[in-house]
Amino acid sequence: MSLYQVQKLIWQLNRDPRTRERWGRERDALLAEYEVSDEERRALVEPDIGLLYVLGVNGQLLMHFAALHKIEWNAYLEAMRQGLRTHGPVREGVYAATGYEGVEAHDARLKRQWEAR
Amino acid sequence: MALVYCGACSHAPGITARAERADTQTRQALETALHRMGDDIRATRPDALVVVAAEHFANFFMNNMPAFAIGMADDYEGPIEDEGFLRIARRRIPGDKALSRRLIEGVMQTVDVAYAEEWKFDHGISVPLHFLTPGYDLPIVPANINCQGPPLAPLSRAWAFGEALRAAADAVPERIALVATGGISHWPATPDSGKINEAWDREFLRRWAANDRAALLSYSDAEIYRDAGQGGFEIRTFIAAAAAARGGKGTIDFCEPIPIFAVSCTTARLEIAA
Repeated sequence: MSLYQVQKLIWQLNRDPRTRERWGRERDALLAEYEVSDEERRALVEPDIGLLYVLGVNGQLLMHFAALHKIEWNAYLEAMRQGLRTHGPVREGVYAATGYEGVEAHDARLKRQWEAR
Repeated sequence: MALVYCGACSHAPGITARAERADTQTRQALETALHRMGDDIRATRPDALVVVAAEHFANFFMNNMPAFAIGMADDYEGPIEDEGFLRIARRRIPGDKALSRRLIEGVMQTVDVAYAEEWKFDHGISVPLHFLTPGYDLPIVPANINCQGPPLAPLSRAWAFGEALRAAADAVPERIALVATGGISHWPATPDSGKINEAWDREFLRRWAANDRAALLSYSDAEIYRDAGQGGFEIRTFIAAAAAARGGKGTIDFCEPIPIFAVSCTTARLEIAA
């Protein structure tokens, strides 16, 4: 388990255009600079957002890694939910899922409250 | 001169990135409140704006994470995020290196703050500035409290950081405005994004508006995590602002939960006590 290394690579990709360029052009060489497991490497390359989430990647890093791969917001959220179904609970870090009714149901509940005010 | 403005507002990326997905009336009310806050800041004729934010790995990472940091440059760049994602154009934002240095030296009298001569703003600063200073004509002094990568500085140290910022602001000849940015309860960038503990938020803001130091500092991080999510750690910025106001009471100008923006969107101002 080398979550720190996975997160470091994602951090560099998010903030450094040259790292992004290398991610496209020489991904294997770039990955070789980070001590990641086979599972982590597979999750990064695919990319498997759900597995990266379960591995414990901080959401503030992961959401931009998803955007980098043109994964829009709802698809990003769904990928994490699928990750939980496939791989089980988040293994590390503070970004665990805690249960939520969802934005649409929440909006509807708030609307009822506003109308009742 | 002195601290001339002290306030706090939300910085959620959804405010710009997913603007059209919120209820139109609520979103417009939020944007009006943010613009009003900008007008209030300008009315105090500040020479610079200190933004106390809780950044999200734009500059600082777990390889070398400062508990507190202040920028020290004549200009900055932001937002670091994809412009299409955040829907804010990347630009240079004016700073004031000499002023930053004097403020940092002041803060260092009581808090061991890190300084940074380069700083890329993320949504934690760029979203507020988009509404507060849309002309990007006011020099910015970015400040950061680590609210992302535990271990985090205790709330009492966030208070001390706010006190130190106040003392430093009062010691320079410039007129200083200060805005803290962050969420209250939220679970951002998780499958629970949109979850908001509105009752917890209202109680936190009640304590904040009362500037009740003991009540503000009574939360443990375990309680915050349980009741307000990992995003709730960002109350450190609000707490620093309360300390900077030195007991001054607060007014909540706007506070509404907006699930697609993932927080109770808030604008608020503190009176500045002597």
